[in-house]
Amino acid sequence: MGDFSKKIDKFIEIFIDYKGYVKVLEGLQNTLLIAVLGLIIGIIIGTLIAVVRVIPKYKLMPKILNGICSFYVALFRGTPIVVQLLVFYYVLLPLMGIKITGVDVSILVFGLNSAAYISEIMRSGIMSVDNGQMEAGRAVGLSFSTSMLKIVIPQAVKNILPTLGNEFIALIKETSVVSFVGATDLYIAFNYIGSNNYEFMVPYLVMAMIYMVLILIISLGIKIMERSLRKSDRRN
Amino acid sequence: MIDVINLEKHFGDNKVLNGINVTIEKGDIMVVIGPSGSGKSTFLRCLNCMEDPTGGQIIFHGVDIADMKVDINVHRRNMGMVFQHFNLFNNKTVIENIMLAPVHLQCKDLKKAKRHNRIIKFTNLFRGKDKKKAPVEITTTKAEIVKNARIKAEELLQRIGLLDKADVYPSTLSGGQKQRVAIVRSLAMNPEVILFDEPTSALDPEMVGEVLDLMKALANEGMTMIIVTHEMGFAREVANKVLFIDDGQILECAPPEEFFGNPKNPRLKEFLSKVL
Repeated sequence: MGDFSKKIDKFIEIFIDYKGYVKVLEGLQNTLLIAVLGLIIGIIIGTLIAVVRVIPKYKLMPKILNGICSFYVALFRGTPIVVQLLVFYYVLLPLMGIKITGVDVSILVFGLNSAAYISEIMRSGIMSVDNGQMEAGRAVGLSFSTSMLKIVIPQAVKNILPTLGNEFIALIKETSVVSFVGATDLYIAFNYIGSNNYEFMVPYLVMAMIYMVLILIISLGIKIMERSLRKSDRRN
Repeated sequence: MIDVINLEKHFGDNKVLNGINVTIEKGDIMVVIGPSGSGKSTFLRCLNCMEDPTGGQIIFHGVDIADMKVDINVHRRNMGMVFQHFNLFNNKTVIENIMLAPVHLQCKDLKKAKRHNRIIKFTNLFRGKDKKKAPVEITTTKAEIVKNARIKAEELLQRIGLLDKADVYPSTLSGGQKQRVAIVRSLAMNPEVILFDEPTSALDPEMVGEVLDLMKALANEGMTMIIVTHEMGFAREVANKVLFIDDGQILECAPPEEFFGNPKNPRLKEFLSKVL
Protein backbone atom coordinates (compact mmCIF):
# COMPACT_ATOMS: atom_id res chain seq x y z
CA MET A 1 0.00 0.00 0.00
CA GLY A 2 2.91 2.30 0.79
CA ASP A 3 4.05 1.81 -2.75
CA PHE A 4 0.72 3.01 -4.09
CA SER A 5 0.62 6.20 -2.00
CA LYS A 6 4.15 6.95 -3.14
CA LYS A 7 2.95 6.67 -6.73
CA ILE A 8 0.11 9.05 -5.99
CA ASP A 9 2.51 11.54 -4.42
CA LYS A 10 4.71 11.33 -7.47
CA PHE A 11 1.71 11.85 -9.75
CA ILE A 12 0.54 14.89 -7.81
CA GLU A 13 4.04 16.29 -7.94
CA ILE A 14 4.22 15.98 -11.69
CA PHE A 15 0.62 17.10 -12.11
CA ILE A 16 0.96 20.32 -10.15
CA ASP A 17 4.62 21.24 -9.70
CA TYR A 18 5.72 20.31 -13.18
CA LYS A 19 2.60 21.83 -14.78
CA GLY A 20 1.15 18.51 -15.90
CA TYR A 21 -2.32 19.99 -15.49
CA VAL A 22 -1.71 22.38 -18.37
CA LYS A 23 -1.34 19.44 -20.70
CA VAL A 24 -4.38 17.73 -19.18
CA LEU A 25 -6.51 20.83 -19.57
CA GLU A 26 -5.41 21.13 -23.17
CA GLY A 27 -6.30 17.50 -23.72
CA LEU A 28 -9.67 17.92 -22.04
CA GLN A 29 -10.39 20.98 -24.13
CA ASN A 30 -9.55 19.16 -27.34
CA THR A 31 -11.57 16.11 -26.36
CA LEU A 32 -14.63 18.23 -25.63
CA LEU A 33 -14.09 20.42 -28.67
CA ILE A 34 -13.91 17.43 -31.00
CA ALA A 35 -16.89 15.70 -29.42
CA VAL A 36 -19.17 18.75 -29.23
CA LEU A 37 -18.36 20.24 -32.64
CA GLY A 38 -18.43 16.74 -34.12
CA LEU A 39 -21.88 16.20 -32.67
CA ILE A 40 -23.14 19.54 -33.99
CA ILE A 41 -21.82 18.83 -37.49
CA GLY A 42 -23.22 15.31 -37.19
CA ILE A 43 -26.68 16.52 -36.19
CA ILE A 44 -26.86 19.07 -39.01
CA ILE A 45 -25.65 16.75 -41.78
CA GLY A 46 -27.41 13.75 -40.26
CA THR A 47 -30.76 15.54 -40.16
CA LEU A 48 -30.39 16.61 -43.78
CA ILE A 49 -29.63 13.04 -44.82
CA ALA A 50 -32.52 11.69 -42.78
CA VAL A 51 -34.96 14.15 -44.36
CA VAL A 52 -33.72 13.30 -47.85
CA ARG A 53 -34.25 9.65 -47.11
CA VAL A 54 -37.87 10.06 -45.98
CA ILE A 55 -38.97 12.23 -48.93
CA PRO A 56 -41.43 10.29 -51.10
CA LYS A 57 -39.47 8.92 -54.03
CA TYR A 58 -41.53 9.02 -57.17
CA LYS A 59 -39.52 11.79 -58.78
CA LEU A 60 -36.02 11.56 -60.15
CA MET A 61 -34.28 14.15 -57.97
CA PRO A 62 -35.15 12.60 -54.58
CA LYS A 63 -34.11 9.22 -55.97
CA ILE A 64 -30.65 10.46 -56.92
CA LEU A 65 -30.20 12.29 -53.61
CA ASN A 66 -31.33 9.20 -51.76
CA GLY A 67 -28.75 7.12 -53.60
CA ILE A 68 -25.99 9.55 -52.68
CA CYS A 69 -27.06 9.58 -49.04
CA SER A 70 -27.22 5.79 -48.85
CA PHE A 71 -23.73 5.61 -50.28
CA TYR A 72 -22.47 8.15 -47.76
CA VAL A 73 -23.96 6.24 -44.83
CA ALA A 74 -22.58 2.94 -46.09
CA LEU A 75 -19.13 4.47 -46.56
CA PHE A 76 -18.85 6.03 -43.13
CA ARG A 77 -20.44 3.19 -41.23
CA GLY A 78 -18.45 0.61 -43.11
CA THR A 79 -14.97 1.83 -42.21
CA PRO A 80 -13.38 2.27 -38.77
CA ILE A 81 -13.00 5.81 -37.56
CA VAL A 82 -9.24 5.42 -37.20
CA VAL A 83 -8.99 4.54 -40.87
CA GLN A 84 -11.12 7.57 -41.76
CA LEU A 85 -8.88 9.81 -39.65
CA LEU A 86 -5.75 8.47 -41.30
CA VAL A 87 -7.18 8.71 -44.80
CA PHE A 88 -8.33 12.28 -44.29
CA TYR A 89 -5.14 13.41 -42.59
CA TYR A 90 -2.54 11.67 -44.72
CA VAL A 91 -4.28 11.14 -48.06
CA LEU A 92 -7.31 13.27 -48.89
CA LEU A 93 -6.42 16.64 -47.42
CA PRO A 94 -2.77 16.63 -48.61
CA LEU A 95 -4.02 15.65 -52.07
CA MET A 96 -6.32 18.66 -52.05
CA GLY A 97 -3.47 20.80 -50.80
CA ILE A 98 -5.21 21.70 -47.56
CA LYS A 99 -3.10 21.97 -44.42
CA ILE A 100 -4.99 21.79 -41.15
CA THR A 101 -4.14 20.62 -37.66
CA GLY A 102 -4.91 17.23 -36.20
CA VAL A 103 -7.67 18.69 -34.03
CA ASP A 104 -9.42 20.26 -37.03
CA VAL A 105 -9.19 17.03 -39.00
CA SER A 106 -10.59 15.17 -36.03
CA ILE A 107 -13.54 17.57 -35.75
CA LEU A 108 -14.27 17.13 -39.44
CA VAL A 109 -13.97 13.35 -39.43
CA PHE A 110 -15.91 12.87 -36.22
CA GLY A 111 -18.61 15.15 -37.59
CA LEU A 112 -18.87 13.25 -40.87
CA ASN A 113 -18.72 9.91 -39.12
CA SER A 114 -21.39 10.68 -36.53
CA ALA A 115 -23.56 12.22 -39.29
CA ALA A 116 -23.86 8.73 -40.78
CA TYR A 117 -25.05 7.28 -37.48
CA ILE A 118 -27.21 10.24 -36.52
CA SER A 119 -28.92 10.18 -39.92
CA GLU A 120 -30.23 6.70 -39.16
CA ILE A 121 -31.22 7.69 -35.62
CA MET A 122 -32.99 10.77 -36.95
CA ARG A 123 -34.72 8.74 -39.66
CA SER A 124 -36.14 6.39 -37.07
CA GLY A 125 -37.25 9.44 -35.09
CA ILE A 126 -38.98 11.01 -38.07
CA MET A 127 -40.70 7.74 -38.92
CA SER A 128 -41.88 7.40 -35.30
CA VAL A 129 -43.92 10.60 -35.69
CA ASP A 130 -47.44 9.92 -36.95
CA ASN A 131 -47.83 10.71 -40.64
CA GLY A 132 -50.93 12.72 -39.76
CA GLN A 133 -48.74 15.45 -38.27
CA MET A 134 -47.10 16.05 -41.62
CA GLU A 135 -50.46 15.86 -43.39
CA ALA A 136 -52.00 18.39 -41.03
CA GLY A 137 -49.09 20.73 -41.65
CA ARG A 138 -49.43 20.38 -45.40
CA ALA A 139 -53.21 20.78 -45.20
CA VAL A 140 -52.96 24.27 -43.68
CA GLY A 141 -50.68 25.32 -46.53
CA LEU A 142 -47.22 24.88 -45.01
CA SER A 143 -44.56 23.53 -47.31
CA PHE A 144 -42.88 20.15 -46.84
CA SER A 145 -39.74 21.70 -45.40
CA THR A 146 -41.62 23.98 -43.00
CA SER A 147 -43.81 21.15 -41.75
CA MET A 148 -40.70 19.05 -41.29
CA LEU A 149 -38.80 21.76 -39.45
CA LYS A 150 -41.57 23.11 -37.25
CA ILE A 151 -43.67 20.06 -36.55
CA VAL A 152 -42.10 16.70 -37.33
CA ILE A 153 -38.45 17.19 -36.36
CA PRO A 154 -39.15 18.70 -32.92
CA GLN A 155 -41.29 15.67 -32.11
CA ALA A 156 -38.73 13.32 -33.62
CA VAL A 157 -35.92 14.83 -31.55
CA LYS A 158 -37.95 14.32 -28.42
CA ASN A 159 -38.31 10.65 -29.26
CA ILE A 160 -34.66 10.06 -30.09
CA LEU A 161 -33.04 12.14 -27.36
CA PRO A 162 -31.93 9.10 -25.31
CA THR A 163 -30.32 7.54 -28.36
CA LEU A 164 -28.76 10.84 -29.34
CA GLY A 165 -27.28 11.02 -25.85
CA ASN A 166 -25.80 7.58 -26.41
CA GLU A 167 -24.23 8.81 -29.60
CA PHE A 168 -22.69 11.81 -27.85
CA ILE A 169 -21.26 9.64 -25.09
CA ALA A 170 -19.84 7.20 -27.63
CA LEU A 171 -18.35 10.15 -29.48
CA ILE A 172 -16.56 11.43 -26.38
CA LYS A 173 -15.05 8.05 -25.72
CA GLU A 174 -14.08 7.51 -29.35
CA THR A 175 -12.09 10.74 -29.36
CA SER A 176 -9.36 8.79 -27.58
CA VAL A 177 -8.11 7.70 -31.01
CA VAL A 178 -7.30 11.18 -32.29
CA SER A 179 -3.67 10.78 -31.21
CA PHE A 180 -3.30 8.87 -34.47
CA VAL A 181 -3.25 12.20 -36.26
CA GLY A 182 -1.24 14.02 -33.66
CA ALA A 183 -3.96 15.81 -31.76
CA THR A 184 -3.49 16.20 -28.02
CA ASP A 185 -6.40 14.64 -26.18
CA LEU A 186 -6.77 13.27 -22.67
CA TYR A 187 -4.90 10.09 -23.53
CA ILE A 188 -1.87 11.94 -24.88
CA ALA A 189 -1.88 14.27 -21.87
CA PHE A 190 -1.81 11.47 -19.33
CA ASN A 191 0.63 9.47 -21.39
CA TYR A 192 2.89 12.48 -21.24
CA ILE A 193 2.61 12.68 -17.47
CA GLY A 194 3.21 8.98 -17.10
CA SER A 195 6.23 8.93 -19.34
CA ASN A 196 8.06 11.32 -17.01
CA ASN A 197 8.96 8.45 -14.71
CA TYR A 198 7.55 5.47 -16.64
CA GLU A 199 4.81 5.05 -14.08
CA PHE A 200 1.43 4.80 -15.83
CA MET A 201 -0.84 3.29 -13.22
CA VAL A 202 -2.08 6.44 -11.47
CA PRO A 203 -2.28 8.67 -14.57
CA TYR A 204 -4.40 6.13 -16.40
CA LEU A 205 -6.66 5.64 -13.40
CA VAL A 206 -7.18 9.39 -13.16
CA MET A 207 -7.85 9.49 -16.90
CA ALA A 208 -10.53 6.86 -16.55
CA MET A 209 -12.11 8.82 -13.74
CA ILE A 210 -12.14 12.04 -15.76
CA TYR A 211 -13.89 10.29 -18.66
CA MET A 212 -16.37 8.80 -16.24
CA VAL A 213 -17.17 12.12 -14.54
CA LEU A 214 -17.48 13.82 -17.91
CA ILE A 215 -20.00 11.27 -19.07
CA LEU A 216 -21.98 11.34 -15.84
CA ILE A 217 -22.33 15.11 -16.19
CA ILE A 218 -23.48 14.73 -19.78
CA SER A 219 -26.03 12.06 -18.88
CA LEU A 220 -27.44 14.40 -16.28
CA GLY A 221 -27.66 17.19 -18.86
CA ILE A 222 -29.51 14.91 -21.26
CA LYS A 223 -31.94 13.90 -18.54
CA ILE A 224 -32.75 17.54 -17.76
CA MET A 225 -33.21 18.32 -21.45
CA GLU A 226 -35.49 15.35 -21.89
CA ARG A 227 -37.67 16.46 -19.01
CA SER A 228 -38.11 19.92 -20.47
CA LEU A 229 -39.01 18.49 -23.88
CA ARG A 230 -41.52 16.09 -22.37
CA LYS A 231 -43.78 18.84 -21.12
CA SER A 232 -46.17 18.37 -24.04
CA ASP A 233 -46.60 14.71 -23.08
CA ARG A 234 -48.88 13.26 -20.53
CA ARG A 235 -46.29 10.93 -19.03
CA ASN A 236 -43.91 12.90 -16.89
CA MET B 1 -66.12 26.89 -57.17
CA ILE B 2 -64.57 23.46 -57.46
CA ASP B 3 -65.04 21.46 -60.65
CA VAL B 4 -63.97 17.87 -60.51
CA ILE B 5 -63.59 16.46 -63.99
CA ASN B 6 -63.10 12.77 -64.59
CA LEU B 7 -60.97 12.33 -61.47
CA GLU B 8 -59.04 9.07 -61.31
CA LYS B 9 -56.78 7.61 -58.68
CA HIS B 10 -55.12 4.26 -58.56
CA PHE B 11 -52.57 2.80 -56.18
CA GLY B 12 -50.58 0.46 -58.40
CA ASP B 13 -53.15 -1.80 -60.01
CA ASN B 14 -55.78 -1.00 -57.43
CA LYS B 15 -58.23 1.45 -58.99
CA VAL B 16 -59.82 3.48 -56.23
CA LEU B 17 -61.47 6.29 -58.15
CA ASN B 18 -62.88 5.73 -61.63
CA GLY B 19 -63.82 9.00 -63.19
CA ILE B 20 -65.57 11.22 -60.69
CA ASN B 21 -67.42 14.25 -62.04
CA VAL B 22 -68.93 16.72 -59.65
CA THR B 23 -69.28 20.47 -59.20
CA ILE B 24 -69.23 22.23 -55.87
CA GLU B 25 -70.72 25.71 -55.71
CA LYS B 26 -69.98 28.36 -53.16
CA GLY B 27 -72.01 27.75 -50.00
CA ASP B 28 -72.63 24.09 -50.79
CA ILE B 29 -72.74 21.62 -47.95
CA MET B 30 -71.92 18.39 -49.69
CA VAL B 31 -72.00 15.18 -47.73
CA VAL B 32 -70.30 12.12 -49.17
CA ILE B 33 -71.42 8.73 -47.95
CA GLY B 34 -70.64 5.21 -49.01
CA PRO B 35 -69.50 1.85 -47.72
CA SER B 36 -65.96 1.55 -46.39
CA GLY B 37 -63.38 1.01 -49.10
CA SER B 38 -65.56 2.79 -51.62
CA GLY B 39 -63.03 5.56 -52.17
CA LYS B 40 -64.86 8.41 -50.45
CA SER B 41 -61.91 9.34 -48.25
CA THR B 42 -59.55 9.09 -51.18
CA PHE B 43 -61.87 11.35 -53.17
CA LEU B 44 -61.77 13.94 -50.40
CA ARG B 45 -58.01 13.70 -50.03
CA CYS B 46 -57.59 14.12 -53.77
CA LEU B 47 -59.48 17.41 -53.62
CA ASN B 48 -56.57 19.15 -51.91
CA CYS B 49 -53.98 16.84 -53.42
CA MET B 50 -53.12 15.05 -50.19
CA GLU B 51 -53.17 12.12 -52.57
CA ASP B 52 -51.97 13.10 -56.01
CA PRO B 53 -54.68 12.22 -58.54
CA THR B 54 -53.46 9.94 -61.32
CA GLY B 55 -55.89 11.33 -63.85
CA GLY B 56 -58.49 14.00 -64.44
CA GLN B 57 -58.70 17.59 -63.35
CA ILE B 58 -59.69 19.54 -60.27
CA ILE B 59 -60.45 23.12 -61.23
CA PHE B 60 -60.30 25.42 -58.21
CA HIS B 61 -60.69 29.10 -59.07
CA GLY B 62 -59.87 28.38 -62.68
CA VAL B 63 -56.63 26.57 -61.89
CA ASP B 64 -56.15 22.86 -62.36
CA ILE B 65 -54.64 21.92 -59.01
CA ALA B 66 -54.27 18.28 -60.00
CA ASP B 67 -51.46 19.46 -62.27
CA MET B 68 -48.18 18.67 -60.51
CA LYS B 69 -46.62 21.91 -61.71
CA VAL B 70 -49.02 24.08 -59.72
CA ASP B 71 -47.77 25.26 -56.32
CA ILE B 72 -50.31 23.38 -54.27
CA ASN B 73 -49.35 25.10 -51.01
CA VAL B 74 -50.87 28.37 -52.21
CA HIS B 75 -54.21 26.70 -52.95
CA ARG B 76 -54.25 24.68 -49.77
CA ARG B 77 -54.35 27.93 -47.82
CA ASN B 78 -57.89 28.35 -49.17
CA MET B 79 -58.90 24.76 -48.43
CA GLY B 80 -59.07 23.77 -44.80
CA MET B 81 -59.01 20.13 -43.85
CA VAL B 82 -60.20 18.34 -40.74
CA PHE B 83 -59.01 14.81 -40.09
CA GLN B 84 -60.51 11.77 -38.47
CA HIS B 85 -57.69 11.61 -35.93
CA PHE B 86 -57.57 15.38 -35.32
CA ASN B 87 -53.82 15.62 -36.04
CA LEU B 88 -53.22 18.58 -33.80
CA PHE B 89 -49.53 19.44 -33.61
CA ASN B 90 -48.48 17.65 -30.44
CA ASN B 91 -45.47 19.84 -29.78
CA LYS B 92 -47.46 23.07 -29.83
CA THR B 93 -49.97 24.47 -27.38
CA VAL B 94 -53.57 24.91 -28.48
CA ILE B 95 -53.17 28.56 -29.40
CA GLU B 96 -49.85 27.89 -31.17
CA ASN B 97 -51.62 25.21 -33.17
CA ILE B 98 -54.07 27.80 -34.41
CA MET B 99 -51.56 30.60 -34.95
CA LEU B 100 -48.73 28.61 -36.54
CA ALA B 101 -49.86 28.55 -40.15
CA PRO B 102 -51.28 32.10 -40.45
CA VAL B 103 -48.25 33.67 -38.76
CA HIS B 104 -45.72 31.61 -40.65
CA LEU B 105 -47.29 32.12 -44.05
CA GLN B 106 -47.91 35.84 -43.61
CA CYS B 107 -44.35 36.35 -42.37
CA LYS B 108 -43.12 34.43 -45.38
CA ASP B 109 -45.11 36.69 -47.70
CA LEU B 110 -43.75 39.73 -45.87
CA LYS B 111 -40.19 38.50 -46.30
CA LYS B 112 -40.83 37.85 -49.96
CA ALA B 113 -42.20 41.38 -50.45
CA LYS B 114 -39.19 42.86 -48.67
CA ARG B 115 -36.79 40.85 -50.80
CA HIS B 116 -38.69 41.93 -53.90
CA ASN B 117 -38.34 45.56 -52.83
CA ARG B 118 -34.62 45.20 -52.27
CA ILE B 119 -34.20 43.80 -55.75
CA ILE B 120 -36.24 46.65 -57.23
CA LYS B 121 -34.17 49.17 -55.29
CA PHE B 122 -31.00 47.60 -56.64
CA THR B 123 -32.15 47.40 -60.24
CA ASN B 124 -33.42 50.97 -60.02
CA LEU B 125 -29.80 52.07 -59.76
CA PHE B 126 -29.35 51.02 -63.37
CA ARG B 127 -32.60 52.40 -64.70
CA GLY B 128 -33.08 55.79 -66.25
CA LYS B 129 -34.63 58.53 -64.13
CA ASP B 130 -38.10 58.25 -65.59
CA LYS B 131 -38.08 54.45 -65.75
CA LYS B 132 -37.70 53.71 -62.05
CA LYS B 133 -40.00 51.04 -60.69
CA ALA B 134 -42.00 51.67 -57.57
CA PRO B 135 -41.52 49.19 -54.72
CA VAL B 136 -44.41 47.16 -53.34
CA GLU B 137 -46.07 48.82 -50.40
CA ILE B 138 -45.52 47.06 -47.09
CA THR B 139 -48.23 47.86 -44.60
CA THR B 140 -47.59 45.42 -41.80
CA THR B 141 -44.81 44.26 -39.53
CA LYS B 142 -44.00 40.91 -38.01
CA ALA B 143 -45.16 42.00 -34.55
CA GLU B 144 -48.45 43.15 -36.00
CA ILE B 145 -49.00 39.85 -37.80
CA VAL B 146 -48.43 37.93 -34.58
CA LYS B 147 -50.71 40.27 -32.64
CA ASN B 148 -53.54 39.99 -35.16
CA ALA B 149 -53.17 36.22 -35.36
CA ARG B 150 -53.39 36.00 -31.59
CA ILE B 151 -56.52 38.13 -31.48
CA LYS B 152 -58.09 35.98 -34.18
CA ALA B 153 -57.08 32.76 -32.44
CA GLU B 154 -58.50 33.97 -29.14
CA GLU B 155 -61.75 34.91 -30.86
CA LEU B 156 -61.97 31.45 -32.38
CA LEU B 157 -61.23 29.76 -29.07
CA GLN B 158 -63.81 31.97 -27.39
CA ARG B 159 -66.31 30.80 -29.94
CA ILE B 160 -65.82 27.14 -29.09
CA GLY B 161 -65.58 27.94 -25.39
CA LEU B 162 -62.02 26.73 -24.96
CA LEU B 163 -60.27 30.03 -24.32
CA ASP B 164 -59.11 28.78 -20.91
CA LYS B 165 -57.34 25.91 -22.66
CA ALA B 166 -55.29 28.22 -24.89
CA ASP B 167 -51.95 27.42 -23.30
CA VAL B 168 -52.30 23.70 -22.66
CA TYR B 169 -50.93 20.97 -24.90
CA PRO B 170 -53.35 18.93 -27.03
CA SER B 171 -52.57 15.74 -25.11
CA THR B 172 -54.64 17.05 -22.19
CA LEU B 173 -57.79 17.69 -24.26
CA SER B 174 -60.68 15.30 -24.78
CA GLY B 175 -61.44 13.98 -28.25
CA GLY B 176 -64.32 16.37 -28.86
CA GLN B 177 -62.25 19.33 -27.72
CA LYS B 178 -59.38 18.26 -29.97
CA GLN B 179 -61.63 18.05 -32.98
CA ARG B 180 -63.17 21.45 -32.31
CA VAL B 181 -59.70 22.95 -32.00
CA ALA B 182 -58.77 21.24 -35.26
CA ILE B 183 -61.79 22.82 -36.95
CA VAL B 184 -60.96 26.32 -35.74
CA ARG B 185 -57.33 25.74 -36.72
CA SER B 186 -58.46 25.37 -40.30
CA LEU B 187 -60.81 28.36 -39.88
CA ALA B 188 -57.87 30.55 -38.83
CA MET B 189 -56.64 30.52 -42.41
CA ASN B 190 -59.98 31.97 -43.60
CA PRO B 191 -60.49 29.13 -46.07
CA GLU B 192 -63.17 29.20 -48.72
CA VAL B 193 -63.93 25.54 -48.33
CA ILE B 194 -63.31 23.03 -45.56
CA LEU B 195 -62.90 19.33 -46.19
CA PHE B 196 -63.99 17.04 -43.36
CA ASP B 197 -62.62 13.50 -43.40
CA GLU B 198 -64.89 11.52 -41.07
CA PRO B 199 -64.63 14.17 -38.36
CA THR B 200 -66.70 12.28 -35.80
CA SER B 201 -65.64 8.68 -36.43
CA ALA B 202 -62.94 8.63 -33.76
CA LEU B 203 -65.13 10.21 -31.09
CA ASP B 204 -67.29 8.57 -28.50
CA PRO B 205 -71.03 9.21 -28.95
CA GLU B 206 -71.22 11.83 -26.24
CA MET B 207 -68.69 14.05 -27.98
CA VAL B 208 -70.08 13.67 -31.47
CA GLY B 209 -72.78 16.21 -30.66
CA GLU B 210 -70.47 19.09 -29.79
CA VAL B 211 -68.48 18.66 -32.99
CA LEU B 212 -71.60 18.39 -35.15
CA ASP B 213 -73.05 21.50 -33.49
CA LEU B 214 -69.95 23.48 -34.45
CA MET B 215 -70.19 22.17 -38.01
CA LYS B 216 -73.86 23.12 -38.17
CA ALA B 217 -73.01 26.62 -37.00
CA LEU B 218 -70.41 26.89 -39.75
CA ALA B 219 -72.91 25.66 -42.30
CA ASN B 220 -75.39 28.33 -41.22
CA GLU B 221 -72.74 30.99 -41.75
CA GLY B 222 -72.50 29.93 -45.38
CA MET B 223 -69.16 28.15 -45.27
CA THR B 224 -68.64 25.75 -48.15
CA MET B 225 -68.09 22.29 -46.73
CA ILE B 226 -67.41 18.85 -48.12
CA ILE B 227 -67.99 16.19 -45.51
CA VAL B 228 -67.27 12.50 -45.53
CA THR B 229 -69.29 11.01 -42.72
CA HIS B 230 -71.41 8.15 -41.48
CA GLU B 231 -73.79 10.47 -39.62
CA MET B 232 -76.94 10.03 -41.73
CA GLY B 233 -79.02 12.25 -39.47
CA PHE B 234 -76.54 15.07 -39.87
CA ALA B 235 -76.47 14.61 -43.63
CA ARG B 236 -80.24 14.80 -43.84
CA GLU B 237 -80.43 17.86 -41.66
CA VAL B 238 -77.57 20.02 -42.90
CA ALA B 239 -76.54 18.96 -46.39
CA ASN B 240 -77.89 20.46 -49.56
CA LYS B 241 -76.29 17.80 -51.70
CA VAL B 242 -75.61 14.18 -50.81
CA LEU B 243 -73.24 12.02 -52.78
CA PHE B 244 -73.16 8.25 -52.77
CA ILE B 245 -69.87 6.72 -53.83
CA ASP B 246 -69.20 3.05 -54.39
CA ASP B 247 -66.39 1.36 -56.28
CA GLY B 248 -64.87 4.73 -57.03
CA GLN B 249 -67.90 6.05 -58.85
CA ILE B 250 -70.67 8.45 -57.99
CA LEU B 251 -73.84 6.39 -58.06
CA GLU B 252 -76.20 9.06 -56.86
CA CYS B 253 -76.06 12.77 -56.26
CA ALA B 254 -79.20 14.45 -55.00
CA PRO B 255 -80.61 16.81 -52.38
CA PRO B 256 -81.11 15.00 -49.06
CA GLU B 257 -84.94 14.77 -49.25
CA GLU B 258 -84.76 12.97 -52.55
CA PHE B 259 -81.61 11.03 -51.63
CA PHE B 260 -83.08 9.52 -48.48
CA GLY B 261 -86.75 9.64 -49.41
CA ASN B 262 -86.64 8.37 -52.95
CA PRO B 263 -83.32 6.73 -53.79
CA LYS B 264 -83.02 5.54 -57.38
CA ASN B 265 -79.86 3.49 -57.49
CA PRO B 266 -80.38 -0.12 -56.35
CA ARG B 267 -76.98 -0.23 -54.59
CA LEU B 268 -77.92 2.90 -52.64
CA LYS B 269 -81.30 1.42 -51.73
CA GLU B 270 -79.55 -1.63 -50.34
CA PHE B 271 -77.03 0.53 -48.46
CA LEU B 272 -79.68 2.75 -46.94
CA SER B 273 -81.81 -0.20 -45.87
CA LYS B 274 -78.85 -1.44 -43.88
CA VAL B 275 -77.83 1.78 -42.18
CA LEU B 276 -81.15 3.51 -41.56
